[in-house]
Amino acid sequence: MSAAHASAPYEPVFVGATKQKLEALFAKYPTRQACLLPALWMVQEARGWIPEQGVAEVADVLGLTPAYVKGVVTFYTMYHQHPMGRHVIQVCTTSPCGICGAEDTLQALLTHTGCQELGRTSPDGRFTVVETECLGACGFATPVLIDDDFIESVTPERVPGLLQRYA
Amino acid sequence: MGYPHPSHPKETVVLSRHFGDAGARTYQGWVERGGYQALKQALGMTPDAIIEVVKASGLRGRGGAGFPTGLKWSFMPKGDGKPHYLVCNADESEPGTFKDREIMRWTPHALIEGVAIGAYAIGAERAYIYIRGEFTEPYAIMAQAVAEAYAAGALGDNALGSGKRIDIVLHRGAGAYICGEETALMNSIEGKRGNPRVKPPFPAQAGLFGMPTTINNVETLTAVPHILTRGADWYKGLCLSSPKSTGTKLFSVCGHVQRPGNYEITMGTPMMTLIDEMCGGMRPGRTLKAVIPGGSSVPIMSAEEARDCLLDYEGVVAKGSMLGSAGMIVMDDSTDMVRMVLRLAKFYAHESCAQCTQCREGTAWTVKILERIVAGEGEAKDLDLLFDLAENMTGKTICVLSDSCAAPVVSGINKFRGEFEAYLARRRAPAVA
Repeated sequence: MSAAHASAPYEPVFVGATKQKLEALFAKYPTRQACLLPALWMVQEARGWIPEQGVAEVADVLGLTPAYVKGVVTFYTMYHQHPMGRHVIQVCTTSPCGICGAEDTLQALLTHTGCQELGRTSPDGRFTVVETECLGACGFATPVLIDDDFIESVTPERVPGLLQRYA
Repeated sequence: MGYPHPSHPKETVVLSRHFGDAGARTYQGWVERGGYQALKQALGMTPDAIIEVVKASGLRGRGGAGFPTGLKWSFMPKGDGKPHYLVCNADESEPGTFKDREIMRWTPHALIEGVAIGAYAIGAERAYIYIRGEFTEPYAIMAQAVAEAYAAGALGDNALGSGKRIDIVLHRGAGAYICGEETALMNSIEGKRGNPRVKPPFPAQAGLFGMPTTINNVETLTAVPHILTRGADWYKGLCLSSPKSTGTKLFSVCGHVQRPGNYEITMGTPMMTLIDEMCGGMRPGRTLKAVIPGGSSVPIMSAEEARDCLLDYEGVVAKGSMLGSAGMIVMDDSTDMVRMVLRLAKFYAHESCAQCTQCREGTAWTVKILERIVAGEGEAKDLDLLFDLAENMTGKTICVLSDSCAAPVVSGINKFRGEFEAYLARRRAPAVA
């Protein structure tokens, strides 16, 4: 374990109510491994991303190896492998939205959040903007997912007002 | 449509009847609208009798492949003593497609009812609904509806007082297009990377957790309750052209039309009726250039091919493409086809699970070659190189993601070759020392 990790102790996620929530899930699947995606969601909900200690903790509670769990984390784009801003903004730029102005919306989000670049967190720690593939709302270009809020028909003009809702 | 616009008079509103009607979301609201009658009816029938009705209706899978649903159900073994599973594929992520999202948002109990009937018909006591991770709102609505259905006794160990057990578990994905492929989806539920599996064995023999499994799309399962209550003949009668394509279909229309959205139409409706009349045609001053009729994985159609195309499985095939998921991407004359194809190729390169070489390398190189063409650095031989790559990406991999990347590239070059050549002509002259 690195010095940085040792100086910032990791608080386990699977205690109390979260532990009970996970254990209730065990009854819904014939294997514990099947609870891997839900368990990783619980870590991300609690920590905002999936730190290495979270990987180890999930591996421990499900009887898997950390290497295996890490392999699954890296497969799925919604599990954050690095700390993110307080609010994560996912913008769809796939072709159907791309031909309806998604690039302009993305640019407006990068500018108004102060992130400037994809994947980078704004200097005030408020936002991280990422490009995402098809959000499944192509008729309502451009769809944007801010944390768990799914917002349709975002245009560059709507961006400043939209961001005000997120402190 | 129902959301965000009222339904068009030329729609045949069955699945979308309550879109935009928030009152239909609750258990009580659904019952007041005739809900759960079909499940009650189904639980009084034998599983075989249900399968026969679905077979007779002609219902085909609405996720993209169009496989006959009743036939798929009949593949499940009988009396094998193993647990069976029904999996509902709600991993809707095919670019251009956004119909299952509306079904879950507005009529969650319609899906629950369809899933419960499907589970009973294939001898499954447990069903999983796999919802893509980005669908936060549909997930929350479905979770609420499932909890209500349990509280009302429609689900659980004595579903609607029938003595039969039907459990439904929601499973949230985490961002991976490939998990919409049925075997990748099963791996994902099992807590694995979403790599597709080699078939055979097919899911009906060894699927989820190695047990006999059937996977159906959201829209397919949602059609089942209507077929039971109104009869196979009624459903079969919803047909304007090919008798092999029956019922209604939700078409998600996006791109450059005046009123994008979901339109429910009878199979066999002309494509131009949908685009010009229901969707209000193209934006002012613009003309139709191209249509991708079935989600981004199918060949691009020219405006000429769209002109007299009938919207059913056979009608779209006759025009050189496929109905797929009926996610229609409509493009007008402002569209840069080369850049549009490049962005689609990027999608597939990003979403390749990378286990097959042809796909991992093929999608990445398709992007690199298209990028250099767009940058004015392409060479005359690049178009042939793209065809050669596409040839090696088609029919050679575990799943069809690779083929799906090749389809728009090949059809794009074939139908809009002039635009690709114009980019090639912009190639900078070599610097002379």
